[in-house]
Amino acid sequence: MHYNSGDTAWVLVSAALVLFMTPGLALFYGGMVRRKHVLAMLMQNFVVMAVVGLVWVWLTYSLAFGPDIGGGVLGNLHFAALAHISQPVPGMAHQSIPQVAFVVFQMMFAVITAALLTGASADRLKFGAFVVFVVLWSIVVYAPIAHWVFSPEGWLFKSGTEDFAGGTVVEITSGVSGAALALAVGRRRGWPHELMRPHNVPLTVLGAGILWFGWFGFNAGSALSAGRAGAAFVNTNTATAAALLAWVLVEKLRSGKPTTLGAASGAVAGAVAITPACGFVNTVGATVIGVVAGALCALAVSLKFKLGVDDSLDVLAVHGVGGLVGTLMVGLFGTAAVAGANGLFYGGGAGLLGHQALAVGVAVGWAFVATSAVAWAVKAVVGLRVSPEAEVMGLDISLHEETAYDLENFVPSGFGGSVGSGTDRR
Amino acid sequence: MRLVTAIIKPFILHEVQEALKVAGVVGMTVSEAQGFGRQRGHTEVYRGAEYRVDFVPKARVEVVCDDEDVDRVVEAIENAARTGKIGDGKIWVVPVEQLVRVRTGERGPGAL
Repeated sequence: MHYNSGDTAWVLVSAALVLFMTPGLALFYGGMVRRKHVLAMLMQNFVVMAVVGLVWVWLTYSLAFGPDIGGGVLGNLHFAALAHISQPVPGMAHQSIPQVAFVVFQMMFAVITAALLTGASADRLKFGAFVVFVVLWSIVVYAPIAHWVFSPEGWLFKSGTEDFAGGTVVEITSGVSGAALALAVGRRRGWPHELMRPHNVPLTVLGAGILWFGWFGFNAGSALSAGRAGAAFVNTNTATAAALLAWVLVEKLRSGKPTTLGAASGAVAGAVAITPACGFVNTVGATVIGVVAGALCALAVSLKFKLGVDDSLDVLAVHGVGGLVGTLMVGLFGTAAVAGANGLFYGGGAGLLGHQALAVGVAVGWAFVATSAVAWAVKAVVGLRVSPEAEVMGLDISLHEETAYDLENFVPSGFGGSVGSGTDRR
Repeated sequence: MRLVTAIIKPFILHEVQEALKVAGVVGMTVSEAQGFGRQRGHTEVYRGAEYRVDFVPKARVEVVCDDEDVDRVVEAIENAARTGKIGDGKIWVVPVEQLVRVRTGERGPGAL
């Protein structure tokens, strides 16, 4: 087997870039929650890196990318615990990277997709229940849809769906799954009447910046080749930039002021939407996808109030809607001059659009039904939700016995709680 | 002796401090406060959702002075803190029974 060291190096670096997106997401979300819940949010995201990191190598990688059990529905256990890993990925024998590099690159996608759900169910999940949920969700929900779309042996992949880096597998799946989890756990106490404004917008902007940075690995890494990564890299930036401006413009027209939170949200919406398209469209396509996603996602955030679903940090509006926009628009702007099939606007007819619409429908339906099943099962067995007291006191103190910001000692004169007055419990 | 307490807009604190210096005041206490008066709160918009914030940030200035200085002190704060817009704040004066300089144990106006 002859591997290309440039391609392999790029995919390994991309895996590290994508890993970094999850702490970025933690900050993006953490800034948006109230002060008393910020550590719980960071902790949920951080622990997903550990939980999915282990489940992936032991089991779910093989379910997603192992040899098909028949019908393109799931992989078998051939690669469980990374056995037989010196063989090529089934259906990818032409790739110039070793399978083990592909394993760790795809691991980071499984990690961040699960982490994205924390935004929808913020500020009310029990920690242990969340960990159990993530393990089950990775097996039951994520592994099958990753197999269908990403594995060359998956039924959607074979049917002609084009998803370059996860518009369906990551974005639609996380958005819809998040909404299903939010429904299962119920609304935050006081929502939507009580004031729940973001406690630290700078953290959110920093998080969005880290996401933007990491997304180059996510999208351009998905080329699995350094030589073919350039188009995806540039398109990622183009759409992200266009969506940032579009979101802010919608705000300016709607309420008069462009907001920092809107700029951060718009950038993420653009990166989401270009994810399925980045390797298949040109600059026109990337720009239009960015503009449409930025504007539509900005408008979609009000949907949760109409639906009465407390998708707390708008995972459905940003990732669900953004993923839907990008996946469908591959069917319009896809061009064989970049890669893949021609879409409607490039003489390919409506065929590709149909494949994309099928994938969108399947992703939405699967994510909602399968995630609901997992969430309600966990709810029935161990319960999903903290006690009302714990929720009011804040998850930081009630679940983790920690406080994010020591404001007591902020005044140098140190009223109460000064240095040395604590009790060491070790 | 009197205690003069003023709730003012935070951005005008420096002007008030200078005006009090000119008026001969040698000490003051400043703290951050939150509240609302007839101005009510303000509105913030996050991802298109409007949030009504009832308590707006204010600065609280406290000055203890002699009875004969109190009008001068109040006027100094009043003139420095006035922008003419809603939310300029309030000033109130209450009598002070006793004052002690902790370092020396002096009592009364001598401790000012």
